Parts: sequence; structure tokens; C-alpha cells
Amino acid sequence: MSATTPVAAAHGPVHGTEHEHPGPKTYAKIAIVLTVITAGEIWVFYIEQLKFLLVPVLSVLSAVKFALVAMFYMHLKFDHPVFTRLLLAGMVLALGTFLALLALFTWSHPLLKLLAG
Amino acid sequence: MTAASHAEHHHTSLGVDSRKLGMWALIASECLLFGSLIATYLIYRSQSVAGPSPAQILDIPVTSVSTFVLLMSSFSIVLALHGIQSGDIAAFRRYILLTALGGTVFLGFQTYEFTHFVQSGLGFSTNVFGSSFFMLTGTHGTHVAVGVIWLLSLYFSSVRGKLTEDAAIKVDTMALYWHFVDVIWIVIFTVVYLFVFV
Amino acid sequence: MTEAVLPHPRENYGLSSWLTTVDHKRIGILYGVTAVVFACVGGIEAMLIRTQLIVPNNTFLSPDLFNAMFTMHGTTMIFMFVMPLNAAFFNYIVPLQIGARDVAFPRLNALSYWVFLFGGLLFHLSFVTGHLPEVGWFGYANITTKQFTPGPEVGLLGSVIPKGLQYPVSGTEFWIVGLQLLGLASLIASINFIVTILNLRAPGMTPMRMPLFTWVTLITNFLLLLALPVITVALFQILLDRHFGTRFYDIGAGGTVMLWQHLFWVFGHPEVYILILPPMGMVSEVLPTFSRKPLFGYPAMVYASAAIAFLGFSVWAHHMFTTGMGAMATAIFSAATMLIAIPTGVKIFNWISTMWGGSLRMTTAMWFAVGFLAEFTIGGLSGIMHASPPIDGQHQDTYFVVAHFHYVLFGGSVFGLFAGLYYWFPKFSGRLLSEPIGKVHFWLTAIGFNLTFFPMHFLGVDGMPRRIYTYAPGFNLETWNFWSSIGAYITLLSALVFFYNVFVSLRGRQKAPADPWDARTLEWAIASPPPAYNFASLPDVQARDDFWYRKHEAKTFKPEPEHVHVVLPNPSYWPLIVGAGITLMGAGFLFAYVLTFIGVAVTLVGAYGWSFAKFEG
Repeated sequence: MSATTPVAAAHGPVHGTEHEHPGPKTYAKIAIVLTVITAGEIWVFYIEQLKFLLVPVLSVLSAVKFALVAMFYMHLKFDHPVFTRLLLAGMVLALGTFLALLALFTWSHPLLKLLAG
Repeated sequence: MTAASHAEHHHTSLGVDSRKLGMWALIASECLLFGSLIATYLIYRSQSVAGPSPAQILDIPVTSVSTFVLLMSSFSIVLALHGIQSGDIAAFRRYILLTALGGTVFLGFQTYEFTHFVQSGLGFSTNVFGSSFFMLTGTHGTHVAVGVIWLLSLYFSSVRGKLTEDAAIKVDTMALYWHFVDVIWIVIFTVVYLFVFV
Repeated sequence: MTEAVLPHPRENYGLSSWLTTVDHKRIGILYGVTAVVFACVGGIEAMLIRTQLIVPNNTFLSPDLFNAMFTMHGTTMIFMFVMPLNAAFFNYIVPLQIGARDVAFPRLNALSYWVFLFGGLLFHLSFVTGHLPEVGWFGYANITTKQFTPGPEVGLLGSVIPKGLQYPVSGTEFWIVGLQLLGLASLIASINFIVTILNLRAPGMTPMRMPLFTWVTLITNFLLLLALPVITVALFQILLDRHFGTRFYDIGAGGTVMLWQHLFWVFGHPEVYILILPPMGMVSEVLPTFSRKPLFGYPAMVYASAAIAFLGFSVWAHHMFTTGMGAMATAIFSAATMLIAIPTGVKIFNWISTMWGGSLRMTTAMWFAVGFLAEFTIGGLSGIMHASPPIDGQHQDTYFVVAHFHYVLFGGSVFGLFAGLYYWFPKFSGRLLSEPIGKVHFWLTAIGFNLTFFPMHFLGVDGMPRRIYTYAPGFNLETWNFWSSIGAYITLLSALVFFYNVFVSLRGRQKAPADPWDARTLEWAIASPPPAYNFASLPDVQARDDFWYRKHEAKTFKPEPEHVHVVLPNPSYWPLIVGAGITLMGAGFLFAYVLTFIGVAVTLVGAYGWSFAKFEG
């Protein structure tokens, strides 16, 4: 949309509906990809030989699904970057905080070590 | 001044609609909300001293189906948005109803799952796994329910002709909420269900 | 609701105009007055605490009542005084500083206020029921579970409602539900202010031209947006434990109370920056105005504020050094905490440099700003001491910590807020506060505050524990406790002088001009108090400190025309109705669950009316 350059953004009016959003064809393609990935995730889950890869593979696949929905269905790829920044602010902070919290509980908490035996 | 102010009201510094910006801010906040719930679940899921464990009770095939339904409702709502943006009100109404239906089916699956768990001996007070599981998925289910009510009210206000001037932005804002509820489920499905044996 | 055109807001008197207002200035006044009323309640609680401690083995308050008083005092001062008073300034000043006619969502703004008011009232309803919370402002689990604060056998509604429909509550419920509502109010407001500042700036008001107070408002509201959901989850866990038997904090079932501490402080540490950043912004407006110099190192101030906020999220566990997190975790959180001293030091030096070489006018606002610098620095330094785990271990749960956080919260936040009040009072009210009385107020506050809290450092290192209702004689604690209490009474006297000042100034005949201080930012370009529409024509911003630039450098400033007509949002009852509905939902957990269902119904009806009411003229 027009407001991606700061100069235009400062003075330009709102064009609420004139985003160059992709059409139904692109949406359908994304839907197919999402379906395939989901099927793949469940397939990986049931394959005994891939057990050791479960966490990395599923994490990456879910992240791809998340990113596809955010970029195309939520239009982050086409909209003003401020939206992407807001989402990233929330996600980075949540990931950082709660990964640190999990680390505190699983690695270094004597109380929990005691509980876990 | 009177004439000018209406146009000025819609002037924005970033050139984006304030409602969409507000929705994205809410989504940022929701990341921390669900982050807290997921972290609690991960800390507690293996700390129970009694009762069913996640591996004994979580049903991957059934939840895969409901996950798929929710994922496809994200597809149908972009079609609804495309409908209203291109002036195709019939398509908008069709797809917005389809989306609400998807949400309702998801909630139906969740009701089935919860009832089944309670019958199998896992309530929210059974153990810390049960408490944190029901709180996480229940909070998500509440978000879906709010979304379904919102979708239906958009549908009915369209039918009654009350969805007029800035309808596209209203649907756009709602769609953002719906997609977010969907992507959070992607995370929950992976972390809670698919990581069950990890 | 036909008054689409509001010619002049001051002609709209009466209760209903306040109940339905969506004007950011009126909502700001509502926030401010409510916050000051709650501050009086919290202040009286502080006086009771200090009276109990004035001599050893005192029996003025029972141990239970003492616990209740420090819980109510802490919770009230943080959530019902400093936060909403900050919000009052956000509301009144920020739209004016960015050259906007209102906030982005005027009705949501009103909703924030009503939820805040009702949440505060619900919390204080515990006084009426006689069941006061005794859990501290941090509400550590499992003090907050039914095991330790079970409450009475019967519900508050006694025989009015069948036993199955109500729930026996202790004061803890009032704390949980009250806090939940106050948090929701701030969350709604945070979205509103973030969108307002990002999206409603006047043409030319680029980010690096925004006044520093607007910057810290933006940053503070990001902190609120991202920190509040965590406490929301934790409070729900406790509420579910108490009401529906979940096991989150049931040790016997594998629950761990450490989780509460972590979740609370993940919220709680950003919360302290939520309290201090806005007053820092106020001081950053007052010092340049009364030094007649631009703020020294403006970009550094912006980046320092952002850095403080960002680091503020990564240091929560320094409140938990004594819980035994392990050496590695303790070391990391200690180092991260010490890092915060760097951007904070940048700010202190920039404030001093702003005054350096300026032509200083020592108004009361300026005195409070300079007082802020001195007192806040003391609190900041004792904060750095606590960043060191061995020292923290010595100070944990002693009066040294009480001294530290009162130096940052009172010496910092409250001094900054007073600087802001004296500075912007003419803008709010059209009247200047008396300078001579103001000086008396400042010196009494400074003397009273330091006499109250500086001795607490000594009491702390002498081993006096926090939150204990009395102490025995003969441990070298009598002298400083006595003087600390005398200091508290002097602080009380200073508050009375302040109220007297407000009273005589509001009744005085002398009206304040638009720009009484020869100030720098846009809010001073328009009348005091501003008309409902703020700006007759939206300013075209040319520079940082645009008003100063137009007055003194470009010489292009023209006063605004009077009596223009601008279409404004209609007043609305719906925010009040939705706010009442949300409050009823919470009240259900205090009295009878049926209220929760009524609350849901009221909220849905309110939301429906909200969506379809004709709002814009």
C-alpha cells in the first residue's frame, strides 16, 4: 500500500481497503500448503524412526505455518511494517521470557530437582 | 471547520487504520497471555503426583481433525474479507457463516474432548497437569467462542444492512483476531499434543 | 444524544455530562481526582502503620490489622494512586502534546476509567465487609490459597441467597478481583495510548520531534501492554484454585509456589518502570522549561528510556535472589540488573546538563523536579546495591528495602508527579497554584519524606524485618522508628498544605494565561483550559519543541481563533454500562456467582449498544 514510505505516511490519507492484497488464488495455495504441512506433522509424529527429530522438525514446521498465516492471511507481507513490529515485540518478548522461565525451572531449580527425584 | 474535521478525523500519522493498529497491539499482548499459560503447562505437565498423564489421555487423531478445521476457517475468513473488499456481499456472507461454522465445529470437538477427559478421570482439579491443560485450552476455547459471536454479529448486521461505510475495515480487524486465535492453536497443538512424548 | 456539535465543553455541567464524557481532558480529570482520593486512603493507612511502629511493643493495631494495612497501603498506592495519576497525565497532556483532538478510541478511554474506578471501589469494599486482604501487594502463593487465608464459613450475603449459590470469601478475593479489574483497565488504556501516539500525531510531528513526556507515555504503555497479561494469568490461577479447586499452588499435588513468584515478578518488575517512567517524562518537561534550554541529549533520553523498559523485562528474578535459583541464574539476573544503571545514569546526567548554564527559575515545579533528581538518585544507588546478590541476601525483607523503594516511588514518582502537577495545573484548571504556599509544600514534603525514609536504611541494616507489626525494646530500633513516624506526620502535614493550595488557587480570581511559563510544547499554544476540540486547526509541526520554535525562532506563532465549531464524538453511556457489566462479572466471585452471569449479560448488551450507537457526529 501507499503508506510504506514514511513521507507519504505522514501526510497521506487512509486507504483502508486499497492494500494490494493477494487474491483467492494465493489464499487457496496457502491453504493447500498449510494442509500438507499439518499432514506432514502428524506423519512425523507417528514414525518411530524419526523420534529423535520430533522436536526440531515439528518446531520448524509449526513456525512455517505460523509465518504463512501471519504473512499472507494476516497480510503482514503487504501491510505497514508497524504491524509486523508489534507482533514481533510480543512474540520475541514472550519467547525470551518464557524460555528463560522454563530454563530456570528445568535446569537450576533445586526445589524442582528434589520434586522430580 | 465542521466540514474539514470529518476528513481530519480519518487522517492518521502512519496511514493505517487505528482499529487495525489497536488489534495488532492486542495481539502482541495476547502473545504474553498465551506464553504464560503455555509456560505454566510445560512446567506442570510432568509434575503431577497422581492421575492421568498427558501421554495416557491426549488424543492426537481427534485433535488433528479439529486443528485442521480451525486452520481452514482461517482460509474461509480471508475469502470473506476478499468478498467484502471487492463488493461481493453474497460471498462475504457465505464465507463469514462458513468461518463461524468452523469455529463452532472446533468448539464442539473441544467439548467432546473435555467431556471425554472428565469421564476418563481427568478434571481440572485432578492434578496440576489437568489444571494447567484445562486453563490453557479453555482460555483458547473462550477466544474461539468470542470470535464466533463476533463473526455472527458481523453476519447479522450485514443482513440487516447495518454494515455499511467502513465494513471492510471491521471485517479486516475481526479477521486479524481470528487468524491469531488460529496461529496460537498451531503453537498449542504442537507443544501440548505433538510433543506429548517428549 | 443529539448534541453533535459541542460549542464549548465548560457549558456542559452536571453529573450526566461526567458519566457520559468521552473527552480525554475530562477523563484525565476524573482519573486525577479519583487517584488523589485513593491516595488519601493509602496515606491514612501509612499513618496508621507508622503510628503502630512509633514505640516498641505498641498495641495500637492488632497484628491482623497491621497486615491488612500494609497490604492495602501498598496495593492502593501502586495501582490506585501512582498508576492512575500517571494515566491522568497521559489522558490530559499527550493528545495536546501531539496536536490531536482526542485519543484514538474515546469510548474505550471512558471504559478504562470506569473499570479502574469500579475495580478500586470493589477492592475497598473489603473495608465494609470487614474482611481485609492480608497478603501483601505481591500476594505470594500460597498465602493467597485457601489453606492460609480461608475466610469465614459463610458467604458475605449470609442468608439472603442459598448457600450453594455463594462462596465464602476472605479479603484475598477482594485483592484478586480488584487487581484483575485494575489490570484490565490499564490494558485497555495501553492499547488506546499506543495507537494514539503512533497514529494521531499532527502533521510534521515525527517521532524524534515528540516531547519526551509523550515518548515515555508510549514506552510505559508498551510495558503495560506486555506485562499485564502475565499477572492476569497468575491471578486467574489463584482465583481458580480458590473457587474451583484447581491445583496450581497446591504443594501436595505437585504445584510450586515458585511459579507464582516468577509470574508475579515477570509482571512486577516492568511495573516499577511503569510507575517511574512517566514522572521521569514530567521532569524532562519541567527542567527545560524552567532552565530556558532544550532538553540536553534528547535522542539519548529517548533511547535510554527505551533501554530501561527493554532491560526491565529481563531482570525480574532479582526479586528472588534468596529463593535459591542456582548460581548461574543468580549471576545472570544480577548482571542484567546492574546494566539498568547505565541508561538510568545517562538520564540523570542529561537532566543535570539541561540545567547547566541555563537561566533557572526556581518555581515550585522546578523545586520538585530538582528534588526528584536528588531523591531518585539515592533510591537508584540503593537499588544497585541490591543488584549484588550477597548484599541483597543481607537486605532481603528488612527495612533497608522499604527505604529503597520509597526513595524511588515517593522520592522518584511522587516528587515527579508533584512537579508535573504544579507545572500543568494551570492547563488543567485555568488557575495557577500559589507559589509561596507551593514552596512551603515542597520543603515540608522534602523534610518529612527524608525524615520518614532515610532512617529506615539504618533500621534495615540493624536487622528490623519488614511486615512485622511490632518490635521489642533494647535492639537499638527505638530512636529511628520514633523519628521515622514523626517524619510521616510531617509528610501528612505537607499533603494538607498541598490541598489548601489547590483549594485557595481554584477559588482565586486570577486566571492563568495560555502559556504562563513561557513553555516549549504544543499544549501551551492553546487556551488554559483548552476548548473541547483542543486545536481549532491542527498544527503543522516544524521542529522539536515546536511552540518554542514558533514563538522565539521562526516568530510565526499566532494565537488560535476563538469559538470555532468542530464535530466531536457524542457522549455515551455505553462505556459506563460495559464497565459495570465487567465489574459485576468480577463481583460474582465475591458475593454470588449469579452476579457473574448478570455481568456477562450486561456486558453483551452494552457491547451491542456500543457497536450500533451513533457515535461520530
